[in-house]
Amino acid sequence: MLKINNLHVKLEEEDKQILKGLTLEVPAGEVHAIMGPNGSGKSTLSYVLSGRDGYEVTEGSATLEGASLLDMEPEERAAAGLFLAFQYPVEIPGVGNMTFLRTAVNAQRKARGEAELTAGEFLKVVRAKAADLQISPDMLKRPVNVGFSGGEKKRNEILQMAMLEPRMCIMDETDSGLDVDAMRLVSDGVNALRSPDRSFLVITHYQRLLSHIQPDVVHIMANGRIIKSGGPDLALEVEENGYGDLLAEAG
Amino acid sequence: MSESAVQELQTPQVSGTARPAGALDARLAQLDLPQGGFSARARADALSRLRAAGLPGPRDEYWRYTDPRPFTAASPQALPVDGGPESPLFAARDKLTLVFVDGLFDAAASDDLSLEGVEITTLAQADQAGSHWAADLYGALELAGQSPVSRPFATLNTAAARDGLLIRVTGKPAKPVHVLHRRGSEGADAVWHHVIRVESGAELTLLESGVVGARSNGVIEADLAQGAKLHHITAKRANDPKVGLSHLFARVGAEAVLKSFALVVNGTTMRHEAIVDMVGDDAVAHVAAAVLGDGNVGPFHHDDTVFITHGALRGESRQVFKKVLKNGAVGVFQGKILVKNGAQKTDGYQISQALLLDEASQFLAKPELEIYADDVKCSHGSTTGAIDEDALFYLRSRGVPHERAIVFLVLSFLADALEEVEDETLRDEINERLDAWLTDRPRG
Repeated sequence: MLKINNLHVKLEEEDKQILKGLTLEVPAGEVHAIMGPNGSGKSTLSYVLSGRDGYEVTEGSATLEGASLLDMEPEERAAAGLFLAFQYPVEIPGVGNMTFLRTAVNAQRKARGEAELTAGEFLKVVRAKAADLQISPDMLKRPVNVGFSGGEKKRNEILQMAMLEPRMCIMDETDSGLDVDAMRLVSDGVNALRSPDRSFLVITHYQRLLSHIQPDVVHIMANGRIIKSGGPDLALEVEENGYGDLLAEAG
Repeated sequence: MSESAVQELQTPQVSGTARPAGALDARLAQLDLPQGGFSARARADALSRLRAAGLPGPRDEYWRYTDPRPFTAASPQALPVDGGPESPLFAARDKLTLVFVDGLFDAAASDDLSLEGVEITTLAQADQAGSHWAADLYGALELAGQSPVSRPFATLNTAAARDGLLIRVTGKPAKPVHVLHRRGSEGADAVWHHVIRVESGAELTLLESGVVGARSNGVIEADLAQGAKLHHITAKRANDPKVGLSHLFARVGAEAVLKSFALVVNGTTMRHEAIVDMVGDDAVAHVAAAVLGDGNVGPFHHDDTVFITHGALRGESRQVFKKVLKNGAVGVFQGKILVKNGAQKTDGYQISQALLLDEASQFLAKPELEIYADDVKCSHGSTTGAIDEDALFYLRSRGVPHERAIVFLVLSFLADALEEVEDETLRDEINERLDAWLTDRPRG
């Protein structure tokens, strides 16, 4: 599904190398987690994959089902099936959540040559999926993320994910700022989306999220690369011992 | 949004220097000054005031950001009569439509003047007689609004307007009054002057749309009695390269509510002044505009100049001005809140913001507060910024194409100004129209 090979990335503005030869593969249907100390480049990876400005790829490649992501505009990556759940979802006053979501869904369908959903069709689907995530009709009508609590914002991200039906979901610290109940709701939402032809890359600081969303593989990232990969136990190890030993081991 | 606050706290200097009479005479010579009638005295007074003060020049402090010469030139540049393709805004709404062609009432094209709760006559008609209820107001609010800053083009209007509406609202009419402007000739120099008196507890919605003269000068004098309500919404034809001035002089009585909103889209060289005097306790005045200017459609210069005076207790005023500018468009905002001694518990708010879509565009702002009461809440802010890159990326990451994402963010930026349109259906209609303009969808 997602193949990243020897990816080198630096910040455009300050000539600072962030990713230093990152290699990673997430096969179809799998959930991979990335953990790592602050400043290891986890968020940069998610932004570079989804096409945010401000980063320069100096070497390496990233492909989604064989198509090179790095040559595409952000909206093309989305239409190709990539989704990033933001750590800090952006508030957009004056634009209704529903209007935004329908525009996004139909723009992607159009880009893929599929028929656009009518207002009625869309409404039916969005209402059902919103109910699963305990998102009220009122939240759907309100401006995008405006006045939403931290938990509501994250649930709204998962709603977008559910509506857009991406192939590859990247979740950037979706658990940050969530209480226990919200974390369960978000995790249930994600688990409901797991399928043999959809993959997840879950970036997190804490093992707790991974006890809700069981990963197939856990990667440890430090200083711009993956320094160790393993099973779910690796996350437990980090939770218990911190990164010290792993970093020392990697030299 | 990357924002840089622009604040200047200067009191505009009133220029007392009389200008050479030549320009004024040339300007007046092109106008057919009305004679006689109930307004004769006010007109004669206006003419002498105008001769004493003269027309402003480019060096006037009050005209620092807007060159007055397009308005002082003897005659306007001709424009095509139709103003370009577009269906009128407010089309779906039940309303009393009154048509003005080059500033003159066209009875044949208009609805019948009768509407329950409102008495309407035209200025030209009323001036057939020597007396009229509007005699107390015609030119009077304009005159009151000349201090501390002179507004000579409004004085010119009082002297020269040949027509307009005299509206006395006594009840709550079932539908809005809609002034539909049409351009009858290419070189039209349209001057009109409306007087509106909203009696105690009465309410009126006044809509303005259509194609005004190649050059226009419109004045509204609005007098709101206790508990009266006036909702004024203006949206002239978009993409029409007109040159225009407009003035709203309002006197707001106790517990009365004035809400004035303007939608401006492309092609214009225009200055709108709102001069609001809050004379009664608990009065409310909101003045707002949503402005889109694309210099590629034609030269764009839009100036909003607002002066709100709080002269009584617990007044609430809001100024909300949002301008989206690109391709060399220029936006201007000069806004003032004056709180007089004794106007305690005043709640004054003023925000002017520009969204610059490129580096060629400009926003010039002069927000001012002048406060002589010690127990008031007043705030003002002015910002100039570009598109929020985080929000843009967020939208695009969901698959929203770049251009569409920009439209969303522009609508988002304008939302606060649109909130000032009280009628939700109307607000949605305006939003829909803005969306169409921004996406350049064909409009039918």
